[in-house]
Amino acid sequence: MGILEVKNVNKRFGGLQALSDVNLSVAENTVHAIIGPNGAGKSTLLNVLVGKLLPDTGSVMFDGQSVLGRKPYEINQMGISRVFQTPEIFGDLTVLENMMIPIFAKRDGAFRMHAIESVRNERAVVQQAEDMLESLNLADARHDHSASMSRGNKRRLEIGMCLAQEPRLLLLDEPTAGMARADTNNTIDLLKQIKDERDITIAIIEHDMHVVFSLAERITVLAQGTPLVEDTPDKIKGHPKVREAYLGETAAA
Amino acid sequence: MLGLTRKDAILLAIVTVVALLAPFILNPFPTNSGFAQFNAGYPDLMQRFAIFGIFAIGFNILFGLTGYLSFGHAAFLGVGSYAGIWMMKLLTANIIPGIAASIVVAGLFALIVGFISLRRSGIYFAILTLAFAQMSYALAYSVLTPITGGETGLQLKLNDPRVLDGALAPGERAHANLFGLDMTSSIEMHFGAWQFTFNTGYYIAALVLVLAFYLSIRIFRSPFGMMLRAIKSNNTRMTYTGLNARPYALAAFVISGMYAGLAGGLMVAMDTQVGPERMFWTASGEVVLMTILGGAGTLIGPVLGAGLIKYMENIISKINSGILHEWFYWMPDGLEDFVITLVYPFVGKGWHLTLGIVFMLVVIFLPGGLVEGGQRLRRLAQGKRAKKSATQTNPAE
Ligand SMILES: Nc1ncnc2c1ncn2[C@@H]1O[C@H](COP(=O)(O)OP(=O)(O)O)[C@@H](O)[C@H]1O
Ligand SMILES: [Mg+2]
Repeated sequence: MGILEVKNVNKRFGGLQALSDVNLSVAENTVHAIIGPNGAGKSTLLNVLVGKLLPDTGSVMFDGQSVLGRKPYEINQMGISRVFQTPEIFGDLTVLENMMIPIFAKRDGAFRMHAIESVRNERAVVQQAEDMLESLNLADARHDHSASMSRGNKRRLEIGMCLAQEPRLLLLDEPTAGMARADTNNTIDLLKQIKDERDITIAIIEHDMHVVFSLAERITVLAQGTPLVEDTPDKIKGHPKVREAYLGETAAA
Repeated sequence: MLGLTRKDAILLAIVTVVALLAPFILNPFPTNSGFAQFNAGYPDLMQRFAIFGIFAIGFNILFGLTGYLSFGHAAFLGVGSYAGIWMMKLLTANIIPGIAASIVVAGLFALIVGFISLRRSGIYFAILTLAFAQMSYALAYSVLTPITGGETGLQLKLNDPRVLDGALAPGERAHANLFGLDMTSSIEMHFGAWQFTFNTGYYIAALVLVLAFYLSIRIFRSPFGMMLRAIKSNNTRMTYTGLNARPYALAAFVISGMYAGLAGGLMVAMDTQVGPERMFWTASGEVVLMTILGGAGTLIGPVLGAGLIKYMENIISKINSGILHEWFYWMPDGLEDFVITLVYPFVGKGWHLTLGIVFMLVVIFLPGGLVEGGQRLRRLAQGKRAKKSATQTNPAE
């Protein structure tokens, strides 16, 4: 049993079958990549996992519990954090405040009226946030508005914010899309470091094959809403069906 | 100090000192001078500065922090006023139970209105709050007349029960008071050509203003305040960080409703009357203007905005053509009439026009409100000083 079990999930948008009979099992403490051409349904699948979309049929179990019908914040509190295609951070807040919020969310749950926080407790949260920023090499920017950071640093911050919640499953939707090579490599290194240092399962949607083959232990290829094959990176590289459906297309493009 | 950073403590100290010295600061012109009409240091107006300051501070906790724009906050002020006056009619003319009831009842009402309105955001939220406020206004005006006194509203009457107060002496009126301290009582002070008035009601309102301001600083700086700013900044990230934004927004809504109720309670504590017009939508719009004019999301902005609008409403609106003729009498006759014709639409009843222009100028050139204006001036001054010291040190190098 994987930590995440997707069974027979279908999702239609009007006349479009975005997901058809998707079955997916993600083993605990692995990095699992989901690849596929544009419009294959990768983001849709992710939106189902985090509770943004309700599938028409099927089941999604996380750690033995169904996530379907729960609110996104509830699913997050179950231990699933999500990194977005374009970084979603609190642009008006400082970098440090950005990092404090997930720590509060982890400590206090979905809502707590902490209008008055003891100085000692708040200092502990600040300290934790600063340590986290230190490990991300973002400590120097801690008093800057996060909106003023570079794209690469926003991505680092967003990933760091997700980690601060100590999720069991981290979902990433094309984390390097639109990034310069250097930023992409930084992101790969960061994810490798996370994978080595933590007990965490990572599911990553990615277009960039370099990223996929640097990180993934298993790969699922999605095409037209259906998983085509699932295997190790080496097998996927040589798989004729995959070359035809996906790698061939990128080579031609 | 008091759990505040140095900067916030200084701001609070300034507000406190200004509030205490307001009777002097607002009366800079000798009583008999031509400028005396610009003096704002009379009890009625000073009370309004403090009360609307409180109203705007509370509104800012909702709008400035969470970004939810309520267009119905006057309803909470009105409900607070009605609750307050009923306490003063039934229980005692002492203002404490009245104000407490104002806060509690407005808070409960805000809980209901907020619970429903916060199911939507943006323009739909604004419309829902507006609808609630207009409904309250219409109800107070008509069906609820037995409770609200309808169009005439409610006043303290001789035959009110006031069970906690002793019987009034024949011919004596009930006075709003704080343990016997009459709200309307004042001490006058003459100082050369100047005259200053120290009014009990004002000082009580000012004290409450300082407390309300202190509380708002604590809310702004607390983790709770940070969560509210996070809602405004990125609701998506908020949700995907495992936080339920709605109870946070609702808490902010109720707190700001309680501030409005407090303001409403203070109003009846000062003038012992209330009417439904207090809840009219223009009153809701006014607090929006105050907050934006001063600087939404800043600590002191709403107080400044409230002060400026109330000042204009009471001072500019009193300038009539007679006063204009006094000002411009020294001009040649034709020119005098011409200038007066130009200025006239902007004063007296035309003060709304002046307010509108000021508001537009601020929104276009100072989106951060008066506070941003102040910051720019300060930076300008600091820049000049820095430049000066730079040129001074240059030759030495
Ligand atoms: N909310 C939506 N409403 C309608 N169609 C959608 C919606 N989201 C995605 N789609 C469609 O579903 C298909 C799969 O989209 P998506 O999951 O975003 O693909 P991918 O992320 O693999 O590129 C696309 O054809 C897209 O246009
Ligand atoms: Mg996508």
